[in-house]
Formats: sequence, C-alpha cells, structure tokens
Amino acid sequence: MDRYQFLTILAGLIFSLGLLGVVLRRNLLVVMMCLEIMLNAVVLSFVSFAVRSQTLPGIAMTFFIYVAASCEIALAMAIVVLLVKRRGSLDLGAHQELKG
Amino acid sequence: MTDVFIAFFSFLALIFAVLVLTLRQPMRCALALIAHMCSLAGIYAALGAHVIAMFQILIYVGAVMVFMVYAIMLLDDRDNSYRHPFSAKAGTCLVVGIAFAAGLWLAIAHIATPVAASAGILDPFTFSAFSLAFMKQYWFHFELATVLLLVGVVAAWAAVKEGL
Repeated sequence: MDRYQFLTILAGLIFSLGLLGVVLRRNLLVVMMCLEIMLNAVVLSFVSFAVRSQTLPGIAMTFFIYVAASCEIALAMAIVVLLVKRRGSLDLGAHQELKG
Repeated sequence: MTDVFIAFFSFLALIFAVLVLTLRQPMRCALALIAHMCSLAGIYAALGAHVIAMFQILIYVGAVMVFMVYAIMLLDDRDNSYRHPFSAKAGTCLVVGIAFAAGLWLAIAHIATPVAASAGILDPFTFSAFSLAFMKQYWFHFELATVLLLVGVVAAWAAVKEGL
C-alpha cells in the first residue's frame, strides 16, 4: 500500500465516521460538525489525488469546497439558531415535523 | 520522515473524529473537531500542499469553527440531546456504519492503482504557482465563488430577518 492509497482509505474511514455521526447523534450542532467531518474527508481525497498526479485542478476544487462550506455553515447556523429559538431544543426529535 | 508525519497526523485525525462522535458536550465536540482539522492541515503540509494547509487553518479553523463555537455559546445545550446523545437505533446505525466503512475500504484498496505523475507543471502547490494559475485559468470560477459567498450572506440575512 503506497502513501496515497493509505490517504484515500483514511479519507474513506473519516467519511464513514462523519456519516455515522450524522445518523447516530441527536444534537443538531453535533450533526453539523459531523457533516463538516464528511466534507473534510472529501477534501483529503481531492488533495491526495492532486498531489499524486501533481496537477492543480484538485487543489482548485478544494478551494471551491471551502467556499461552499463557508456558505453552508453561515446559512445552516442561521437556520439552526432560528429553529432552536422556535422549539427551544437542540434535540433532533423536537423537529420531526420538518418536511423535505 | 514524511511518511512518519503523515501516519502521526492521520492517527490524530482519526482519534479526534471519533471524539467528535462520542463526546457528550457540543463545545468539547467543537474543540475535538478543531483538533481534527489541524491534524488534516498537518497531513496537507507533510504532503507539500502548503496552500491547502493554510486554507484549512484560516478558513475552517479560523472562520467556520469560530462561527460554530459562537452558535454553541448562544444556545443552551443542556436539553434532551445532552441526556441522550445517541439515537435510539444506535446499534443498527453502528452495524450499518461499520459495514459501510468496510465496504469502502475494500473498494478503495482494490480500485486504487498508482497514477503516473504528470511532468507538465513543475510544482503547482507553491503560493506563487497557485496564485498565477488561479488568476489565469480559474478566474471565472473565482468570480462565481464570490457570487456564491454573497448569495450565502444574503440568504442567511433573509432567513434571520424573516424568522423562517
């Protein structure tokens, strides 16, 4: 197993851990953090492939993932704060009537 | 030596990802996530992708996580999710998660084959090479990213103003 295979497998493991957190945890904020872990795993695989092939598109894509993550967190945090103000709880069980 | 650094930071990244999953308090989870992101930045630096290591620290740890820590401080986290942090179907989720990770491991180990390094670009991961390529090849994407950021800010502002 070379270095880049190891990193790709590590990215897969970290992605699985993030996914596990999304389905396992009940706290809205921790679920958001687990989503960030999944996004980080994707970035790790992009970077390892880019370094392996010594090309720029993977690195540029990483930059755009960071931009999307910033937008996502700004919007998601606003929604989470409003939901918690309305329901008074961070527990996902309190928001079961949400559709979509 | 590079492999030692990569192995060390990979171990740290995995440990802190598990801590995010298992710790009860959201603030401790956030601190573990910050440590996880710093470990990933260490991996990028060891790989020679210093631009991405800097972005990881500046954007993720410096902006995204600070924002998340603010949100945790704003909200009272001692509710039902604090007393019962895991889903009622945690056992099933754990089994499916482990099966997913094992499947992913097998798939990657079988699919991933060495790729020949292209000799076209000398070292694309220095700041100067990255900046030049970004302004020459990706200027349109860069402008689109700024528009996306603006839309994100306006959408967050509108969501707060309207109160959902």
